Amino acid sequence: MSETPSTPYLAGQGQRKVSSDQLRQRIPGWGADLDPGDRPSVPKERMDLPTGAHWDFPERQEERQPRERSIEHQFLTPVFGTSVPLKGLSGSMRRYAYKYSEARAAHWLILIAADRVDAGGSHLRSFLTLHPDNPLTETGILSEFTRHGISSRFGKKRADLKGQALAPVFVAGPWILAAAAAFAAARVLARAARNRATRA
Amino acid sequence: MRSMVYRGPYKVRVEEKDIPRIEHPNDAIVRVTASAICGSDLHLYHGMMPDTRVGTTFGHEFVGVVHEVGSSVEHLSVGDRVMVPFNIYCGSCYFCERGLYSNCHNVNPNATAVGGIYGYSHTCGGYDGGQAEFVRVPFADVGPTLIPDWMDEEDAVLLTDALPTGYFGAQLGGISEGDTVVVFGAGPVGLFAAKSSWLMGAGRVIVVDHLEYRLEKARTFAHAETWNFAEYEDIVVEMKKTTDYLGADVVIDAAGAEADGSFLQNVTASQLKLQGGSPVALNWAIDSVRKAGTVSVVGAYGPIFSAVKFGDALNKGLTLRMNQCPVKRQWPRLFEHLRSGYLKPSDIITHRIPLEHAAEGYHMFSAKLDNCIKPLLIPSAY
Ligand SMILES: [Zn+2]
Ligand SMILES: [Zn+2]
Repeated sequence: MSETPSTPYLAGQGQRKVSSDQLRQRIPGWGADLDPGDRPSVPKERMDLPTGAHWDFPERQEERQPRERSIEHQFLTPVFGTSVPLKGLSGSMRRYAYKYSEARAAHWLILIAADRVDAGGSHLRSFLTLHPDNPLTETGILSEFTRHGISSRFGKKRADLKGQALAPVFVAGPWILAAAAAFAAARVLARAARNRATRA
Repeated sequence: MRSMVYRGPYKVRVEEKDIPRIEHPNDAIVRVTASAICGSDLHLYHGMMPDTRVGTTFGHEFVGVVHEVGSSVEHLSVGDRVMVPFNIYCGSCYFCERGLYSNCHNVNPNATAVGGIYGYSHTCGGYDGGQAEFVRVPFADVGPTLIPDWMDEEDAVLLTDALPTGYFGAQLGGISEGDTVVVFGAGPVGLFAAKSSWLMGAGRVIVVDHLEYRLEKARTFAHAETWNFAEYEDIVVEMKKTTDYLGADVVIDAAGAEADGSFLQNVTASQLKLQGGSPVALNWAIDSVRKAGTVSVVGAYGPIFSAVKFGDALNKGLTLRMNQCPVKRQWPRLFEHLRSGYLKPSDIITHRIPLEHAAEGYHMFSAKLDNCIKPLLIPSAY
């Protein structure tokens, strides 16, 4: 073994390449918060910070329609968001998910599944409105042309291209499988119809 | 009013919505003058955050003008120019009383593990966000602060999340004089974490990413050394070699669950949805920090399980620290640093996009087109 052992194999401090004085010269504000006491989140818990609250327990927001909540809560929190109330099939799924605590995988997996049902259903329903979903404008794909989409991608080593190459398989895969299943089902039905026709 | 609206994974559009109304006596309605798209919004945009409902408006980084106030609001009046921290919090519960504003227990009925966040799914309380002309701001006496006269509005937008979160990431690292700090992710939070590490006395700051234009920003804006992980077979080995086989004293994960990098993680997380996001940055952090070192996590992770190398963290005796940033707690000190000229957050803004073009903004930011680091959305002239 001819190499000199480096820091962790030896006792003592590692060697610093640049001194604090050199850093103070080079970097604006170097060391301004060297003292942990100057760092706002030290210590982690402090009871002396004024918050602006002028209540011990906030007044309660009116619950205009039944509001789902985590069963880990004692009651509905005094303030809550009202952006998109539960509705439809995805709403039923979500209501069901909230029967499980946050500790249960079922809670989160049902919510994620409900999100997909919500997205698919909303997409279909949009075609019944004056404002149908438009994949061209809503995916923002047009920015590939206006925001240097080509030059942003090629000639640079991009790690995410690895994933992108496979994306079509995962995105298109379920559709291809569904189409194959539909084709198989149609063939079964057609054969049954033919059999009935020949018997008649 | 005009508002960005989520339509399902990778789809958003701008549509007409009702102007939000006062739902609680301490609410305010704020007319938004600028909002930002955040890296963590991509977690929603990609459909990875549970209970993200179609019709939701995103946007937790915004500034604006008070348009209406509820009956119990004492500290704000109509016409005030305000910056609003991304956390929604009551100011009086067990957690708020201890300064843990991001962990408020009174604002999110949907979950107890996370507080309230504007425009961040029903898992974070079901509030609409600020990528719209107007937004409802609960606890107006607690969260918002007047934008000081001397402060640029675009600096104020970055003070609502990205800068305080980056600074908070460095604080959680418990940096001591001369420490070697590695930051995974050269997005806005990573850039600010790197810059803040110097304020706390770091001796060496290394930023790791795979996008050359972001690393360039890390060198010029944050004075950091940079490593492009796409150029190496195994970035962890490189981190060990450059730290005399010791590992870094502190590693900050500023990438979160949208991190690129590992093929296996990408397939199981993003494609197959077997994980709640890719913890590749977190695992690299656990691997490249020195034994008994500190890993600080400020990248966004959802509530669903991810394959994290916990055994290595145990065997190395690591300190793992993490939280959503209690933004307003950081403000007084950060205001001082802005005034001293140590920090100029708006330097990282690369795009200013009309709100109407939100879909293009999201795609550009998600696909990292046009050297995008931080895009702002500007509601049309009102
Ligand atoms: Zn953010
Ligand atoms: Zn609270």
